[in-house]
Amino acid sequence: MSILVDQNSKICIQGITGKEGSFHTEQMLLYGSRVVCGVTPKKGGSFFKEVPVFNTVKEAKRETDCDVSCIFVPAPFAPDAILEASDAGIRVVVCITEGIPVLDMVKVANAIRGNGTVLIGPNCPGIISPGKTKVGIMPGHIHRKGKVGVISRSGTLTYEVVYQLTQAGYGQSTCIGIGGDPVIGTDFVFHLKEFERDPQTQAVVLIGEIGGSMEEEAAHYVIQNRYPKPVFAFIAGLTAPPDKRMGHAGAIISGGKGGAQEKIQALEEAGITVIRDLSTLGETIRFRLNSQGISPDL
Amino acid sequence: MKLHEFETKELFKREGITVPEGKVLESIDQLDRILNSLKGPPWVLKAQVHAGGRGKAGGIRVAKDREDAFKGVAELLEKRLVTAQTGKDGVVIKKLLIEEFTPHMGEYYLGITLDRSKALPALILSTRGGMEIEEVAKEDPRAVSKIWVNPLWGFSPYKAREILFGVDPMPDLELHPPLEGLFRKLYEVFWKYDCSLVEINPLAILEDKKFVALDAKMSIDDNALFRHKEFGEDHEGKDPLELEAQSHGLSYIRMNGDVGVMVNGAGLAMATMDIIKLAGREPANFLDVGGGASQEMVRKGFEIILKDPRVRTIFVNIFGGILRCDVLARGMVEALSGIDLKVPMVVRLEGTNVETGREILKNSGLKFSVAQDLKEAIGLIRG
Repeated sequence: MSILVDQNSKICIQGITGKEGSFHTEQMLLYGSRVVCGVTPKKGGSFFKEVPVFNTVKEAKRETDCDVSCIFVPAPFAPDAILEASDAGIRVVVCITEGIPVLDMVKVANAIRGNGTVLIGPNCPGIISPGKTKVGIMPGHIHRKGKVGVISRSGTLTYEVVYQLTQAGYGQSTCIGIGGDPVIGTDFVFHLKEFERDPQTQAVVLIGEIGGSMEEEAAHYVIQNRYPKPVFAFIAGLTAPPDKRMGHAGAIISGGKGGAQEKIQALEEAGITVIRDLSTLGETIRFRLNSQGISPDL
Repeated sequence: MKLHEFETKELFKREGITVPEGKVLESIDQLDRILNSLKGPPWVLKAQVHAGGRGKAGGIRVAKDREDAFKGVAELLEKRLVTAQTGKDGVVIKKLLIEEFTPHMGEYYLGITLDRSKALPALILSTRGGMEIEEVAKEDPRAVSKIWVNPLWGFSPYKAREILFGVDPMPDLELHPPLEGLFRKLYEVFWKYDCSLVEINPLAILEDKKFVALDAKMSIDDNALFRHKEFGEDHEGKDPLELEAQSHGLSYIRMNGDVGVMVNGAGLAMATMDIIKLAGREPANFLDVGGGASQEMVRKGFEIILKDPRVRTIFVNIFGGILRCDVLARGMVEALSGIDLKVPMVVRLEGTNVETGREILKNSGLKFSVAQDLKEAIGLIRG
């Protein structure tokens, strides 16, 4: 088991013929992901590396029964692409695109609510269930199949964490980059619930950063529900100055809210192990899991 | 992007929200002409800086006559204003807004901001205006009323009733229709200009029950600037290196330390700055070359780091994903060959094509230490 995507997921790439879309489609195919179709308007009927291309998601869905989509469409057109995927009945929509206007996402997030679509992103690296499938842009080779679930607001920082986990002997069940924007499709709590139900997952790592209140909400959920699996967290941005956007549109301390210190405190009060020194993350998690009888993945 | 008060007020005026008559001044020579064109005395002099807490810091003055106005302008213009939000160095006042004085009988707060966790705009009203809204919410929560408007439903009249009847003390009933109208306008402005915040504090209530926005704040979503050419670029108060980086698509923020940092990805860049601090040093900058940086961007990034004379150590921390390690290495060699690097450089490379990247660096003849992992990197930075 894993969450959201596995070896049976049938993937559609929206924007398959673009520079990013084509490069990463190849990478996903190399990883073994079942990319069954792509969508690029006006290029329907053609093929990209034996993957059929359609004009609309609706058509792609009808012909291939794809259930997951991965969006590489430029920011001004990405909100429309998300709506199109949701309307076509795609179950999991992963939007990689960076730089989408926030108010466009407000409309999109409210529009697809109740439509049964799980939106991951935007501005995210995607989802990977190691050894099964990869839907996104993360380097596949640093991952390893295993028992730790990873939920992250970041991209390359996630790779660092995964790499350390793998080096420490712990593989991953599923790693989700939920996105670095202020308005994104899913939050930590959503995925904590998914991991709670997943038998393959025996521990969860949250990678948060300054801005917003998602980490506090996760802490609250963990206390309220006596979360049954060990949870670890790392928060980036302890030294970030207020009112400066730290690369991500969502990573900004404004009005004195969203600072790393408050997040760390809330998480620790919920009994979550917060790792302050990123360089010791892998070994800290190994030590803690081992002492709780959760052995490394062999 | 934050707009200045005078820019927001110009925009409000265009959108039909009443603001005091006023003019912007950049030199004291303009003052005489401006005072002649405005009603008064008294006049209000307001420092145009991107920082809250102006009033308390002395950045807003009421001039009771001409002499007072000249004295006020001389004391403010080109001077540093230190507010609770600027840090100890403050910011230089480059512009003053000179306004007519507005006598009024009451002050409200009106604002719209984005509630990230609900993914909805939140409309906020307080009948205790003129104060920081966070303070009012803490001291007297009933004096603050807040509603969320789903954009697919629109700002339906019941929403106005919810917010107006939800505040204590409640505005007089005869004020409800004009307040609803004002909120509706503000809500339109919020969407039309892709705001992350729009705020009137205080909103003055005049004797004749009319409203005037005495102060106005607006922030525009940077991601949406591509469709708002009307705002142009705001270079004010920005560091020249920050501007140079921005023009090359790099995210660079100047910090106070002496370790020049280059990282790919915002989260990893923040975490790297935190690590430097744990090593007992301070970062000189935040530099995210982006997940998918090109060789050219990497080269530019190095040039910017090297232009900062405070840098005593350089730390490159790259986790190759979309940005492959070989691309990084080539950009680095391009930027540094021919330069006699005077400061030690620590390089930590991992991820896609790491072997090729390390090979390129090894054969380049550049001087640097390689860290196999973050732990080793910290040791090398600590020195």
